[in-house]
Amino acid sequence: MSDELGREAKPRREFLGIAGVAAAGLAALGATASSLRSLMPKALPEPTQQFKIGSADEFPPGTDRAVPDRMVLVMSRPEGLAVVSLVCTHLGCIVQVNDDGFACPCHGSEFDGEGRVKTGPAPRALRWLALSRSPDGAVVVDASVEVDPGTYQQV
Amino acid sequence: MGSSGFQVLKDNVRALPRNLRESILGEGVPKSDRGRSRAVFANLFLHIHPTRVHARTLKFTQTFGLGMISAFLMGILTLTGVLLMVYYKPSTALAYDSIKDLRYVVPAGRLLRNVHRWAAHLMVAAVILHMVRVFYAACYKKKRAMNWLVGVGLFGLTLGLSFTGYLLPWDQLGYWATKIGANLAASPREVTDALGITAIFDPGGIMRTFLLGATEVGQEALTRFYLLHVVVLPAVLTILMAVHFWRIRKDGGLARPDGPTPAGKGAAPIGTEPNAPEAAPNKTYGLMAVVKDKTPATDLDPADTVPSWPYLLRYELLLLMGTVLLCLVLGLLFDAPLKNPANAMVPENPAKAPWYFLGLQEIVSYSAFMGGVAIPTLVILALASIPYIDREKEDAGVYFASKRSLRVAIQTAIFALVSSAMAVGIPVTFGWIRDWSPDIPQLVITLINPGTLLVLAFAIWSIVVVWRTRSTRLGAIAVFTSYIVGFLVLTYVGTYLRGPNWDFFWSRSSWPLH
Repeated sequence: MSDELGREAKPRREFLGIAGVAAAGLAALGATASSLRSLMPKALPEPTQQFKIGSADEFPPGTDRAVPDRMVLVMSRPEGLAVVSLVCTHLGCIVQVNDDGFACPCHGSEFDGEGRVKTGPAPRALRWLALSRSPDGAVVVDASVEVDPGTYQQV
Repeated sequence: MGSSGFQVLKDNVRALPRNLRESILGEGVPKSDRGRSRAVFANLFLHIHPTRVHARTLKFTQTFGLGMISAFLMGILTLTGVLLMVYYKPSTALAYDSIKDLRYVVPAGRLLRNVHRWAAHLMVAAVILHMVRVFYAACYKKKRAMNWLVGVGLFGLTLGLSFTGYLLPWDQLGYWATKIGANLAASPREVTDALGITAIFDPGGIMRTFLLGATEVGQEALTRFYLLHVVVLPAVLTILMAVHFWRIRKDGGLARPDGPTPAGKGAAPIGTEPNAPEAAPNKTYGLMAVVKDKTPATDLDPADTVPSWPYLLRYELLLLMGTVLLCLVLGLLFDAPLKNPANAMVPENPAKAPWYFLGLQEIVSYSAFMGGVAIPTLVILALASIPYIDREKEDAGVYFASKRSLRVAIQTAIFALVSSAMAVGIPVTFGWIRDWSPDIPQLVITLINPGTLLVLAFAIWSIVVVWRTRSTRLGAIAVFTSYIVGFLVLTYVGTYLRGPNWDFFWSRSSWPLH
């Protein structure tokens, strides 16, 4: 079956067959996509991003103190407080505080006293977190908001 | 009236045991070659075998039984895994205690878990060795290319099963390995962050959410890993395994050189078993219908083949018993580790992955994205494309069919040994870009690291081999050998030469005490 230009015309039956397979394929694709969508919940369970670490008086200027269960280091200076996340920016291990700064046990990243990368695979500096004061006087850390490294905040 | 209805009933009841046995077992244990062939052909559980098998196939050094051993290990893992599931509870609060119960309360529970763990480690090793064997014997050519692809898929699934099983005890080892693995999945952010497009295009974040169902490793992650480990991955693996076996049969059995096997080279004495005289088969075949080649090689068949029953079945049973024995001995001698319960605040130091991932952990310690995502993807793609790049005709089923191929393999091994040692040694001795010039952009540090340079060196070496020898097979040998040697060197370094803080130590005895 060919037209005047010699092109092979597709028989109607073949067209219907292709259309049928295409429809089934599209339906399968849609079903797969929506099934996969179910694997991405709208709300993710995660630990609260805002937490209190105690009142500012508990951190006398010139001292550093880790809050292990929040995985942060609180550094107190005369000009203010700073809270640095101890979560390694490489692959999420908890860095250890030492005399020279921070060291990661998993893949050997090292950071200086301000959390800047000295060596190793970490792609960026440790995160400095935003602080605020709650009505009861406690210092509140917001782990979802970062401040520039080296910023000491008056609370 | 000799046969009343009652008499018929009585006879049938009396004959019931015999009829029952016959209906299930047929004519019983077959006594002739033809009968045994028919049994292999007609029985669902045996028909995965051909009725006759080439004598060469049964030579141990031809395969070292590695494919079968991998399959048997999968069987052992399935059986022990189902028994472990009786007691295991996939909950962050209960998982650790249920593993403790398995060890101290459940009769033989400790051995079950040990055997499961050893079979898993052995399976990774067997699958890798199987791939090495198939590669150097050039058994991936032409129509077997598809089965090589299936094999690469099976390799990936084996690693996926190991990784997902690692988290289930919910101890420190599994928790931190999973945390690192999930953050590796998120590591494309290293690049999207550097380009400043994470807010609009975040494949890393999507992958991590798929894996964990959360931002952190917790109950959602444990549920997902459990499902992957006991349902999804085993199901896919079983289907692919069936395809793998099916393709071997459809591709004409194990690859072997063309032409007849020289006399006396076969594994088993041929044609010596007594053959009970038997009636002619009740089916007839036209010769051209059963012979696929250009000319029916009538004089070779069945001279080069032996009946699967008993030769192949006996060989399989021997391999199975050996595999089970090895798992049992290892399981009785060495306990599967169980560290402290998972603690999100204190990582292990050093936090090491299982041995087969330590080579990966070594290159991950240069860059998360390049080492953990880009390079592994590249290596898997290169492995998968080998049969499509190398189309040369070569005797299949012969190790290093030409002298040149052995020479190239040895030269490549030396090159890969030296360059991998340099990739580890130079950063350890002299540091890397950031130590020399701290202000270099992060993207440069991510892209140019010892791991990427090592893979680049392997690629250049392989291209030079193809260019100089004009042989794609030799090029494939260069690619494959360099990967294998690189993997071995990096695994050795990760296992024995890395200590606390992933620092370099010549021996474990020089690790700092703390």
